[in-house]
Amino acid sequence: MLEIRSLSKSFGGVKATDNVTLDFADGSLTAVIGPNGAGKSTFFNLITGALRPDAGQILLNGVDMAGRSPPEIVRYGIGRAFQVASIFPSLTVEETMLAAVCADQRRASVLHRRFPLAETRDRAEHAMELLGLAGKRNRTAATLSHGDQKLLDIALALVLDPKVLLLDEPTAGMGTEERWRMIDKVKELWETQKITVVFIEHDMDIVFKIAPEIVVLCYGRILATGTPDAIRGNEAVIEAYLGTEHHAGVAI
Amino acid sequence: MTELQAEQAAVVPRIESQSQRSRYRDVLIALVAFAVLAILPMLTGSKALLDFVIRCSAFGLFATSLNLLVGFTGMVSFGHGMFFGLGAYGFGLLMQRTGLPVPVGFVATLVITTLIAAAIGAICVRLKEIYFAFVTLAFQMLIHSTILSWVSLTGGDQGLRGGIPRPAFLGIDLSNHVHLYITSCALLVIGLLLMRQIAQSPFGYTLRMIRDNATRASFIGIDVWRAKLTIFVLAALFASTGGIIMALFVSGAYPEFAYWTISGEGIFINMLGGVTTFLGPMVGTVLLLILNDTVTRLTEYYGIVLGIVILFFAIGLRKGLMDFVVEWYARRRAGTGERG
Repeated sequence: MLEIRSLSKSFGGVKATDNVTLDFADGSLTAVIGPNGAGKSTFFNLITGALRPDAGQILLNGVDMAGRSPPEIVRYGIGRAFQVASIFPSLTVEETMLAAVCADQRRASVLHRRFPLAETRDRAEHAMELLGLAGKRNRTAATLSHGDQKLLDIALALVLDPKVLLLDEPTAGMGTEERWRMIDKVKELWETQKITVVFIEHDMDIVFKIAPEIVVLCYGRILATGTPDAIRGNEAVIEAYLGTEHHAGVAI
Repeated sequence: MTELQAEQAAVVPRIESQSQRSRYRDVLIALVAFAVLAILPMLTGSKALLDFVIRCSAFGLFATSLNLLVGFTGMVSFGHGMFFGLGAYGFGLLMQRTGLPVPVGFVATLVITTLIAAAIGAICVRLKEIYFAFVTLAFQMLIHSTILSWVSLTGGDQGLRGGIPRPAFLGIDLSNHVHLYITSCALLVIGLLLMRQIAQSPFGYTLRMIRDNATRASFIGIDVWRAKLTIFVLAALFASTGGIIMALFVSGAYPEFAYWTISGEGIFINMLGGVTTFLGPMVGTVLLLILNDTVTRLTEYYGIVLGIVILFFAIGLRKGLMDFVVEWYARRRAGTGERG
């Protein structure tokens, strides 16, 4: 279980994350939404160690992750994919997966043997199959389509067998069809892998269709949490998205 | 057993045999290369040619080790030459002052290099890009200044004079020119083989990941600082070995070995030969030394000719010679495949 306790982070006078307390149950699927500048990516950066919180705790199965380095947090089981696909352009899909598994198996510093190691193969193969990248194994990451690069980014997180998977706008920069394909894939992964998935998303159609739980952030604070129906009818959320002068009679 | 499990079970031995094959192939190539170099003294009486190969061994190890940083890890060091100088001075001083057997002096020099490289690297590898480049340069200048000013130990600007003692060991007498030549070739081949192993190991792929995207590498659990420090020290060891060969060759050590121009030459060699292929720096070394030897014989305006050559590779080809050749060959093969 991932528990966030009174998490805060400021940049100068701006409170990017302001006393956030949240629980993500094991195996849950949660969408984090909010207007631009709401602090969604900062929230992910704090959980994954890219930023050090000013205060608060990030408990993964009771162990505090706050202030730990990204490699440490990854080893505890929090994986992450990025808003802009973060990949290794010169490596092939297969090399990327194998090297990531090597890192997870603490074999990234092995000098006396040749790459790839046979014992890393199965997991890499499994991740490529899951994300539909097996047919593109020999393509270098730089030559993949935008959608495939996003899938590779997710595969990189998934191949590490995380307990919690954080996806920062998995559909960013995609066309409508590609967007739905990606989100179907995310849902499929959540259902088959039985892991906790938290994703940031701007497309409300997607959010309301697939997320059983939604967290709304605004100015670094939690504005609302709940089911899609509860969020849809929440006055404060409508106001935050559309402004007070518009929200009469308008649904998100 | 399911079909998938059966397929995966078949894949494991295949990978193992592939990686064994690639290692054996490299060892075989190394043995053939050494054999060819070793019979050269029997085929030619040219001392100049053997000298050329010895210099190639020293600078080839130095430049290839620099490529482990530049090409494989994306760390452009302007101060790598300090380890070349450190190897030459460390070995020279140890042999002059302690009278150790050559192999012990060699190992002791590498131990000293490891300690100094670890201390310097621990500071430098925290920095990125231009900051890393300039702090390594600053350390190089510090070492160079120390060599110049610590006259009682290093001989100052005169260098280590009086020759480097080289007592015979295991039937090898490094005062004998052919023995020195064979030893240099052996060190070159072993050094290249070890660096090839590093490049082809899981650690080599970790370095490629750091080069491509260090932030992402840390988010898959790689300790980027530790990996960078490790390769910094390993590269220093090979550069130091190059320095030892040079010290043996000239029977001394001179401040120029630790001056920034050595690092500059290393960068230039990498630009000339290419950084995306393992043997690029070795090819670059041979080209630079040929250029050096021929141009200085023909004209005093060596710098101008070198500048033109740099411009040709940087602006004309936009890559090193081996990078160009490999790309051209890949394009040609792709073209042939399409037609076929």
